[in-house]
Amino acid sequence: MTRSRSDLVWIPTFATLVAFAVPWPLWGVDRVVAGLPVWIWWHVAWLGLCATLFSLFVRSGAWERGMGREGAAAAERGGGGR
Amino acid sequence: MTLGLSLGVVVGYLVVALALGLIAYRVSETTAEDYYLASRSIGTLVLLFTTFATLLSAFTFFGGPNLAYAAGPEWLVVMGTLDGVLFAVLWYVIGYKQWLIGSRNGYVTLGEMLGDRFGSTGLRALVAGVSLLWLFPYVMLQQMGAGEALVGLTDGVVPYWGGAALITAFMILYVTVAGLRGVAWTDTLQGLFMLSIVWVAAAWVLSAVGGVGAATGAMLEARPEFGSFGGGTYTPGFIISTAITIAFGVTMFPQINQRFFVAKSAATLKRSFALWPVLVLLLFLPAFMLGAWAAGMPIEVPEGANVLPVVLNEYAPAWFAALVIAGAMAAMMSSSDSMLLSGSSYFTRDLYRPLVDADASERREAWIARIGVAAFATLAFVASLFRPGTLIEVGDTAFSGFALLALPVICALYWPRTTRTGMVAGIAVPQAAYLLVVLSSVLPLVPTLPRTVFGGWDVALGLMVLSGALTVGVSLVTAPTADGDASRFAVVSD
Repeated sequence: MTRSRSDLVWIPTFATLVAFAVPWPLWGVDRVVAGLPVWIWWHVAWLGLCATLFSLFVRSGAWERGMGREGAAAAERGGGGR
Repeated sequence: MTLGLSLGVVVGYLVVALALGLIAYRVSETTAEDYYLASRSIGTLVLLFTTFATLLSAFTFFGGPNLAYAAGPEWLVVMGTLDGVLFAVLWYVIGYKQWLIGSRNGYVTLGEMLGDRFGSTGLRALVAGVSLLWLFPYVMLQQMGAGEALVGLTDGVVPYWGGAALITAFMILYVTVAGLRGVAWTDTLQGLFMLSIVWVAAAWVLSAVGGVGAATGAMLEARPEFGSFGGGTYTPGFIISTAITIAFGVTMFPQINQRFFVAKSAATLKRSFALWPVLVLLLFLPAFMLGAWAAGMPIEVPEGANVLPVVLNEYAPAWFAALVIAGAMAAMMSSSDSMLLSGSSYFTRDLYRPLVDADASERREAWIARIGVAAFATLAFVASLFRPGTLIEVGDTAFSGFALLALPVICALYWPRTTRTGMVAGIAVPQAAYLLVVLSSVLPLVPTLPRTVFGGWDVALGLMVLSGALTVGVSLVTAPTADGDASRFAVVSD
């Protein structure tokens, strides 16, 4: 049960990932860094972060538990997929 | 000479793609599940690239750089957000659940899935009808894109209608022969091809203009506002409503939605999901930045032309420009062949069979599907000749139409209390309202209803909220029908 509760962390995590894929804190900022406007670098780094967290999410088994497949989630944790 | 070379490259590419489709045809079985879903046997690489190539079309390849050229590189962020992040999350929320219940109950289309759950042929037909309605402008968009691409490549020697006709003929031939396995295989080829070609194109152009810094410098000199994030077209309302309507719309696109049924295993879906944001970024960054950088280049982009071919004609040799156009044609074909294939499955399985001839033989159904594809593509071709808007406008209209399906579907997937009446109300009312808004801008009879309100907020976003509210509200006040069976959507723990 505690595993399921810690899975809830993924909801705000995903919400944050979606919300800040748009670099809102850099609204109106026009600094150029390494040849590109700095907000483009934010976006590049952010999508990299997304891919990393998505694969963590997949590996955690929260995916299966979120869909109500406890057995499959446990198998995934133990055997690391198939 | 150059003209012959350019056309040779494009046509040669089409022939290679067709050959691959024919090989796929030879290994195919003659069942509907194999034709439409490749017997649910698609692995990670092919699933990833078939979804990728299917998703990315003329809208991405030409529309995106055009918008970045005209309004600034923020389009990179809008598309990256919706395709790379929001779509990936929806992939989990909608796609995985669909895959689970789809492989258990043998569903081939979205309408079939909903029709079975709610015990309603009417709902099934409604979903298929709405999907085919919005699929039409999107197929048209690909034909417009191909027409414009060949005009740009050949300096007008091949007319707009010629390019559009070429891709139409090719699509019909392809889809009627190959089925999903062929489509998925060529998508993989096309996805890899367009990804590599766009990076080489960026490298080529950048080395000609003196590097990234110089290109950005020239862009900022010509359009200083391109450097800072936001402003102009890119209001928060525009960014948020575009990202939301397109991302939700994409999940309901027949050809994307059906991809949720085809994965070989759960592991396949999951791996694709995690790789998705990076793949999206790899394509968008060079493509859209080329469009934005072009604003600082000494080039003339004729009215109605696409910026990418103009840049390449200026800075790259002709054969390479032709290769990029072939890449763009690849993007369009890989989208439209999938669209036509999915469209034909919606047509035969959700409309023809339940409403016209329930006892049609497999053979007859296969013929109906092929005739349907040819008719649909030809009509879209005729409509594309009128060029009713820019690529982005036409695309956005279709996306929003599909987006209105998303919330009722999510309700059905996750809320067992959803009723048939709730679904019908949640789908039909917002669709009718949106159709009225779209038609009012085309028909001279009625006053034009605004598509956006309060500085860039899309009307479709409000209608999405309405569709969700109607589905939930009407479900609460109506009783589930006897034919409905919520357990069809229950996920079993195995």
